[in-house]
Amino acid sequence: MATAMAAGKVITLDEVVRLLGARVLCGKDLAVRLSEVGAADLMSDVLALSKPGMLLLTGLVSVQVIRTAIVSDLCGVVFVRGKMPGKDILELARESNVPVLSTAMTMFQAAGVLYGALSGR
Amino acid sequence: MASEAFENAFAVLGRDFANAGRVSTAIKDTLKGLGIHAPIVRRVAIASYEAEMNLVMYASRGKMRLTVSSEAITIDVDDEGPGIEDVSLAMQEGYSTATPEMREMGFGAGMGLPNIRKNADEFVITSEVGRGTRLHIRVNLLA
Ligand SMILES: Nc1ncnc2c1ncn2[C@@H]1O[C@H](COP(=O)(O)OP(=O)(O)O)[C@@H](O)[C@H]1O
Ligand SMILES: [Mg+2]
Repeated sequence: MATAMAAGKVITLDEVVRLLGARVLCGKDLAVRLSEVGAADLMSDVLALSKPGMLLLTGLVSVQVIRTAIVSDLCGVVFVRGKMPGKDILELARESNVPVLSTAMTMFQAAGVLYGALSGR
Repeated sequence: MASEAFENAFAVLGRDFANAGRVSTAIKDTLKGLGIHAPIVRRVAIASYEAEMNLVMYASRGKMRLTVSSEAITIDVDDEGPGIEDVSLAMQEGYSTATPEMREMGFGAGMGLPNIRKNADEFVITSEVGRGTRLHIRVNLLA
């Protein structure tokens, strides 16, 4: 994965929404807490390297992103660069209770902002 | 958990990318419903999903069979497809014959089979060129 961050701090998905200026595409419970973020376009990397509860930043828009989030027990998915997933993707996410956000930020910007928040800078 | 084995078989279709992963998420739900420890469920689901993606990407069709006993969870995958000429080469990290289309879905980095092995307590892969490939994936329930 491009980045995996864990610095001991914990933030909520609500805070992620605010920090990234993100749109919530689905997900009811945004009080979910997270301490790790990973950025990847390669789902095999997520399947090999992620930890349960991680938040995924990705530029890949595919139904496989949601399936990867389900099997890896991720806490949510953020699509970067304003990418909008199709109906099939959101339907699966909703059915499976995977929160999905979309931010206009690039992967690099979004990772930087969340790194800052998790490392307390 | 009951001591008798629980078994469930699923059919998987090659090239059916829209549904790829469905069986593995169903397996995950089943295991969760049986009350199996979450980290074990996760290992099985990850191994199962990489195996299912391989079946969909490379084979024509196949079956996945889930068996749960009091000792272990096993996934047996049996596909009809081109098979693998050099299994030890295919097992190496980074070896891949995936097409650009497969890479666009986030797979095809040659990490699937190594990750299946990593998550399994027992992993056996056998293949016959021109016929198909079989995987036996076992994750123990007891330490
Ligand atoms: N079920 C299968 N049938 C035929 N070939 C397969 C199968 N599974 C894997 N392979 C071959 O083994 C290679 C490595 O597989 P894997 O480690 O999952 O990596 P990837 O799928 O990313 O290429 C594949 O690129 C493919 O050539
Ligand atoms: Mg693979």
